[in-house]
Amino acid sequence: MAAIAAEGLVKVFSSRSGEVRALDGVDLEVPEGTVLGLLGPNGAGKTTAVRILTTLLQPDAGTAKVAGLDVVAQATEVRGLIGLSGQYAAVDEYLSGRENLVMIGRLYHLGKRRAEQRADELLARFDLTDAANRSTKTYSGGMRRRLDLAGALVAAPPVLFLDEPTTGLDPRSRVGLWEVIEELVREGTSLLLTTQYLEEADKLANRIAVVNHGRVIALGTSDELKASVGGERVDITVATADQLRTAEASLARLAAGAPESDSHARRLSLPVSGGASALVEAIRILDERGVTVLDIALRRPTLDDVFLSLTGHATSQEDSP
Amino acid sequence: MSAAAPSTSPVLRSIGDTLVVAQRNLTRLLRVPDSLVFGILQSVMFVLLFTYVFGGAIEIPGGSYVEFLMGGIFVQTVAFSSATTTIAMAEDLQRGIIDRFRSLPMARSAVLAGRTVSDLAFSAITVAAMALTGLLVGWRTHTSVWEVTAGFALLFLFSYAFLWIGAVIGMAARSPEVAQTAGLIWLFPLTFLSNAFVPTETMPDWLQPIAEWNPISSVALAVRTLFGNLPDGYVAGDSFPMQHPIVMSLIWCAVLLAIFIPLGISRYRRAASR
Repeated sequence: MAAIAAEGLVKVFSSRSGEVRALDGVDLEVPEGTVLGLLGPNGAGKTTAVRILTTLLQPDAGTAKVAGLDVVAQATEVRGLIGLSGQYAAVDEYLSGRENLVMIGRLYHLGKRRAEQRADELLARFDLTDAANRSTKTYSGGMRRRLDLAGALVAAPPVLFLDEPTTGLDPRSRVGLWEVIEELVREGTSLLLTTQYLEEADKLANRIAVVNHGRVIALGTSDELKASVGGERVDITVATADQLRTAEASLARLAAGAPESDSHARRLSLPVSGGASALVEAIRILDERGVTVLDIALRRPTLDDVFLSLTGHATSQEDSP
Repeated sequence: MSAAAPSTSPVLRSIGDTLVVAQRNLTRLLRVPDSLVFGILQSVMFVLLFTYVFGGAIEIPGGSYVEFLMGGIFVQTVAFSSATTTIAMAEDLQRGIIDRFRSLPMARSAVLAGRTVSDLAFSAITVAAMALTGLLVGWRTHTSVWEVTAGFALLFLFSYAFLWIGAVIGMAARSPEVAQTAGLIWLFPLTFLSNAFVPTETMPDWLQPIAEWNPISSVALAVRTLFGNLPDGYVAGDSFPMQHPIVMSLIWCAVLLAIFIPLGISRYRRAASR
């Protein structure tokens, strides 16, 4: 059974300026114990998808099941099995970290004592024990996000939704949060993660769904997506224009596609297959021919390249409506 | 698997959830006591201002203005308490904490019920402050303990109904800033077009029926009756609400609760954070 399965989700918001199809027929599947990354720019529909799957919003069309339960018909049961940590840390700033977690535990009906116990466990796990009794107003952005994530874990939910968990965090807090998330996944939690950061999806997700304008425009592992925009290239910079011609001729049999050469920069970009062995082979051939190599590197496409080739623009260029 | 939910009856569970939310609100109130302090100061100030500024100008045949005033000012103050609820709901929505609550397996009514219960406690504190101030400036009750208790009970029932109106407005307001204004604006005409501060017979003829059918007038008159604050043989008006203020007050409370509780819960179900 899939932890999350959605078919044909549609959500239309009407505003003064007309209708916005926030979701326009989205299918998603997250097998148990895996991580699906929803990657897309602001306004792509990621948050709307999360809000539907977490029962906060009803779809206009399509169905979705979480842990085998329908998110519309069995919303209450679904809520008992999920944890949600949103884009903005939803903690009460006048309560202490501990009070926030105890409150959530009691609303999951853990009972007062168990809720307190669970709060202390989570505070320790998220490195918040020292700040446990301080009002969360005094917390840093990273601490609030950790507390919010702890809030999502109070009932040890088997399915977790994290909506842009690291947006706005400094790099160090981001890495810290990634470690925590990786640990949760190792423990068997199924996770749906939205992000605008390619690096984050690359690092945390087993599979990535690229979302744009309310549609999934590509789906696969990070490697599959990268392969789909063309494979690796060996980039070579040589000393002279003569040597560039020699290099181009001698490496022709390695090329998996048309090489690009730039005589002005004396640079050759060669599509290859076979990764590192192609690189080693290129170095060997160039050495044999006495070509002076100033720089040589194997370059893999990044998810940025993927996004660019799929949508025609980079991830950060589109703003939400 | 999930650690959630020992099975208890849904009713007990929603009461439990409501109390957890109310406790959270009261903790906040004590952490930031400014609103409590200003709430108390404002109600004390109103009693003093109305007593000493208007007290000389408004004549109650056969009675004293402070006696007449207290019933009205109690009702006005509890009605205005609903603005606090409006702002608090709008703030919770904006901060995303409502999303968190809505993603939990808690009762759908608990956030609103918890809010209105904790605000009722707040309202009770301001009523107590006003009552003490009233006693200092010469207000007394002249009826049995039971009638006085019934008077306060009616006041709190009415307060609770109005807090639900405030909560619904708060969920409809697009931001806490809008809620500041939206929470108060309807209360001015409502409380002043009533017998809260002046007897309705001093108003123009066309206005009198409106004032007499205003729920504020019914409750103010009912409270005055239960406290024994009306001069002997006082007739407030010929209309049904003025003839039967207690019955009419109970009808008003029942109608308001029957409308605004379901309306509030259905809005909460669909609430989106902003």
